[in-house]
Amino acid sequence: MRKSRQPKGSWGRRFLIAVPYLWLFVFFLVPFFIVFRISLSQPAIAMPPYTPIFELDAGLSSFVQALKELSLDNYLFLLDDPLYVNAYLSSLLIAAVSTVFTLLVGYPVAYGMARAPTAIRPVLLMMVILPFWTSFLIRVYAWIGILKPEGLLNQFLLFLGVIDQPLVILNTTAAIIIGIVYSYLPFMVLPLYATLEKMDYALVEAAEDLGCTPLAAFWKITLPLSMPGVIAGSMLVFIPAVGEFVIPDLLGGSRTLMIGKTLWNEFFSNHDWPVSSAVAIVLLVVLVVPIAYFQRAQARARERGL
Amino acid sequence: MASLGSTRRSFAPWTDPNAKAYIRFDNVTKRFGDSVVVDNLSLTIYEREFFALLGASGCGKTTLLRMLGGFETPTSGRILLDGQDLAGVPPYRRPVNMMFQSYALFPHMTVEKNIAFGLKQEGMPKAEIAERVRQMLKLVKLEAYADRKPHQLSGGQRQRVALARSLAKRPKVLLLDEPLGALDKKLREETQFELMDLQQDLGLTFIVVTHDQEEAMTMADRIAIMDQGRVMQVATPAEIYEAPVSRFVADFVGSINLLEGTLLEAGRSGARIRDVSGAEFGVTDAGEGQVGQTVWLAVRPEKVRVTRQRPADVRNALEGEVWDIAYLGDMTVYNVKLDDGRLIKASSINSVRAVEDALTWHDRAWVSFAEDAGVVLVR
Repeated sequence: MRKSRQPKGSWGRRFLIAVPYLWLFVFFLVPFFIVFRISLSQPAIAMPPYTPIFELDAGLSSFVQALKELSLDNYLFLLDDPLYVNAYLSSLLIAAVSTVFTLLVGYPVAYGMARAPTAIRPVLLMMVILPFWTSFLIRVYAWIGILKPEGLLNQFLLFLGVIDQPLVILNTTAAIIIGIVYSYLPFMVLPLYATLEKMDYALVEAAEDLGCTPLAAFWKITLPLSMPGVIAGSMLVFIPAVGEFVIPDLLGGSRTLMIGKTLWNEFFSNHDWPVSSAVAIVLLVVLVVPIAYFQRAQARARERGL
Repeated sequence: MASLGSTRRSFAPWTDPNAKAYIRFDNVTKRFGDSVVVDNLSLTIYEREFFALLGASGCGKTTLLRMLGGFETPTSGRILLDGQDLAGVPPYRRPVNMMFQSYALFPHMTVEKNIAFGLKQEGMPKAEIAERVRQMLKLVKLEAYADRKPHQLSGGQRQRVALARSLAKRPKVLLLDEPLGALDKKLREETQFELMDLQQDLGLTFIVVTHDQEEAMTMADRIAIMDQGRVMQVATPAEIYEAPVSRFVADFVGSINLLEGTLLEAGRSGARIRDVSGAEFGVTDAGEGQVGQTVWLAVRPEKVRVTRQRPADVRNALEGEVWDIAYLGDMTVYNVKLDDGRLIKASSINSVRAVEDALTWHDRAWVSFAEDAGVVLVR
């Protein structure tokens, strides 16, 4: 076992550990409980538009009173109305499909980068990060110009003669998927590149030496060994994609259903803070499952010494 | 005629003009961009030979091995294996296997799966694979470790798994890239002999790349000394050591005293050399030296004697002062500084535990060597 070289009770060390926890407490846990509290209250025409459950300064009696008034009505309402269930399911599906496509596009990119001459790798890495220099909103907006019926893509395909009618892509699920794949590609490429780059290429050569064709060597060696990167990249794409709001709002039109948009509507159009809070809490719970899986997979990979 | 050094076994196909070459490099050149890594190299290796490529790092020895394995393509020239041109044959179709310097064990597979990997690719039936894996594990004495993953093994055990994996397919030729480089000294020495026994028992052709001359000398039937992409000498370990063809080879393998001089006369009964200080040496054989030519007399330190008095019976003797003494346990190395400033190395076996009147620093001393102790070199 490794012995700690730090003297016991080193204040500097405690401070270092405390800072991130304090940060998480203030900016994650506290807001989470505020949202959770709102989700248990009733909507009201007021400012803020919900009945206060309890006030911290009103003493213990009001706390007991508040506990009595707690209701899971908002959560039951979510289950009752198929709109919400469908929105969750459709979000998970769109996010899953987008993640698969991002992986299919991102893997070759990351592989190519990891096998490129060492001298040009920083340049390639820079090119992956470069889109972040432009606002995310503007980049998604630009896709409207590409995907709309008289947009660049349709004009190009018409010019080539591949199609004779403009394709309807904008305001469909396909447009959302394209938008997500484009926007989240770097989050897939970077962890994949990190795992592929540190993989010993001699392993592939050894596989070929032992009779594998290059393709077989990829399936049996490279892909299994890059699984930590595949999982990390997929989670980094899937988790935010489920709750994505901007992309479905700009590219998906009014008919496609995603939970981020539903939440926005509840909050800003219906001013139903309690229900939208419940939507947010349920979304979090739904995402805890893949996050937990991700954590476990990472821990296992560390155990195997990958 | 006296033979050079001791021979391990009567195996010398290179002396037989009718012996068939097993592996042939024909004028092979390999360039990476502007740099020539292997330079118009030709080499013949025989079946069942334990062949070593010895050189400093960057001399092209690993590239040569990788070209044979199929991981690099020669820029020009041909490589033949058993008469078949290997050009265009991918690594997975070559009847050679390689043991990689990093071992390249698959980290996500157990020892057993690693060894079975190549056999599975061949489509061998499961029962046969199991049997072969068992044999291989026994061969490298790792039966108890079949279910371990590589990261649960020590360096020496990993080396054995890599060896078992590369031997499992029973290749015609096994290529070993610095096979013992990652092991500590004791383990390395043990493993050298194990590798030799294994090669003998299996009757395979081994080609080993190494920068460790002791390793090459111990294991190989023949050694190719490489420098800057070229082969400087191919010979048995004893020939390389006792009859180097150039100053480079003499200096590369072991340590050497090189005495520059002019060849005065050369004949059947011997030759005479006048060295730069004016002293004259007698040698039994002038080698390739021509009379009047500048030559170097190469004498190994263990063939040089250091004495207080000039030995009466030896013609080749020089006087100087004991400059340095290195006591190594089994032997002692003396550096004697001649009066003209040259340093001569001499080593003597410590065959007795205590020496009376031993030479010490700054003592006047004579270094001497027999007429057949040195080799006359012209390159």
